[in-house]
Amino acid sequence: MSDTHLVDAAGPSSTDEFVKGLWRENPVFVQALGMCPVLAVSNTALNALAMGLATLFVLVMSNTVVSLLRRFIPKQVRIATYILVIATFVTIVDYAIQAISLEMYRALGAFISLIVVNCLILGRAESFASKNGVGRSILDGLGMGIGFTVALLALGAVREIFGAGSLFGVQLFHDAFQPWVMMILPSGGFFTLAGWLLLFNWLRARAETLNSAKLADALEATS
Amino acid sequence: MSAAPVTPAAAPVPTAPVPSGIGPIWPMYRAMVGIGVLCGLAIVTVFEATRPVIRRNQAAALERAVFQVLPEAASSVTFGYAGDGFEIADGEDAADGERVWAGYDADGRLVGLAIETSGMGYQDTIRLLYGYAPERDAVVGIRVLESKETPGLGDKIETDPGFLRNFELLDVALAADGASLARSIEVVKPGAKTEPWQIDGITGATISSVAIVDMLRRSTKVWIPRLSRHLDDFAPARAGEAATGASGSEAEDV
Repeated sequence: MSDTHLVDAAGPSSTDEFVKGLWRENPVFVQALGMCPVLAVSNTALNALAMGLATLFVLVMSNTVVSLLRRFIPKQVRIATYILVIATFVTIVDYAIQAISLEMYRALGAFISLIVVNCLILGRAESFASKNGVGRSILDGLGMGIGFTVALLALGAVREIFGAGSLFGVQLFHDAFQPWVMMILPSGGFFTLAGWLLLFNWLRARAETLNSAKLADALEATS
Repeated sequence: MSAAPVTPAAAPVPTAPVPSGIGPIWPMYRAMVGIGVLCGLAIVTVFEATRPVIRRNQAAALERAVFQVLPEAASSVTFGYAGDGFEIADGEDAADGERVWAGYDADGRLVGLAIETSGMGYQDTIRLLYGYAPERDAVVGIRVLESKETPGLGDKIETDPGFLRNFELLDVALAADGASLARSIEVVKPGAKTEPWQIDGITGATISSVAIVDMLRRSTKVWIPRLSRHLDDFAPARAGEAATGASGSEAEDV
């Protein structure tokens, strides 16, 4: 027991700020934040990747700016200011995607503009970037953003494989494969998300049982 | 549950004089206005920087579509409708709904005209480009420019080969008076097509396929008589200099 307390007292390391978003506090699988784009644009792996990267960019940039300006922004107007900063970066991403590929822009549709109201981004600005330095805030944004992207990809890949028989547009199966259309429709998104959450919760529960068993052993040995 | 006694607390709370807790107003203005101005500048800069690229992407996408709906065309010229005839449109002259694209083959002969139309689909507006070959009195190809139809169901209007085959030679012959179509395009049950002006619908995409046929019927009614009246305006001699080739531009998507 005392050992773990010592580690906590030392404060989280920089790598920890990065890694926590990937696994322990994964925005989708653990915090269940930003479900709207997760369900809507994960119908193919490519859409999921593009949405994830767009969110990652906005998250890192808004974390950086909010952290830089955190002493300059009075707390009464902080939410309005954060939204302003986030909306600016979303607009930039919107134009950038239009310039890179119209096809991609059509596929993502309204969901690019809706990154503004993704609670993950405002959440990180409010609960992390406004209280921490720039370096840590960037790491936090990177970790959370990559965690979000990986989660989206996990959904998008499963849905595309079952729903269209392909991955990143590459046909995987023989012609005889009958695509499971339900998977690329909204209902497929819910089922896939439920499957992943089930897996993650099971993994976590198992890890906790193992930990407490170990702890009990250790306590027995010392007493 | 018993009725709770009415509490007198509903009386208006006396409004306190501006509490010192709100703090000075100036830093708030400074933060909001300052950040607002910076954000505005950033957006304008990015908009200006990306606009030419976005324009070029859209033009290239449209150009590609023109050569898809007019398979025999080797070059194309944009025309605008001016009420009493067609004029070559330079760039953005003509309004979106009043433009047609004339396609010419390698010998400079007019092979067809591409017309844009739009209409309500199942989810949102569908934008469609179709090719009309005057010599054959027929629609020779369609291409969906923009649609948000349900993936896997409604989007079959773009992918279903059986459905698209309906538009390879769809009869739109003019009536004897030249002012209307001899027969209206109509949609029939999948597999029931017997006449060249009929279209097989798609099972599972009924609303989307009917929407395509509806907008095509509406547009051909207006445009086919109008185009055939002014067919001379598209004479190759007039368009010769303005033509853009299919192979020279970014239209190659093989």
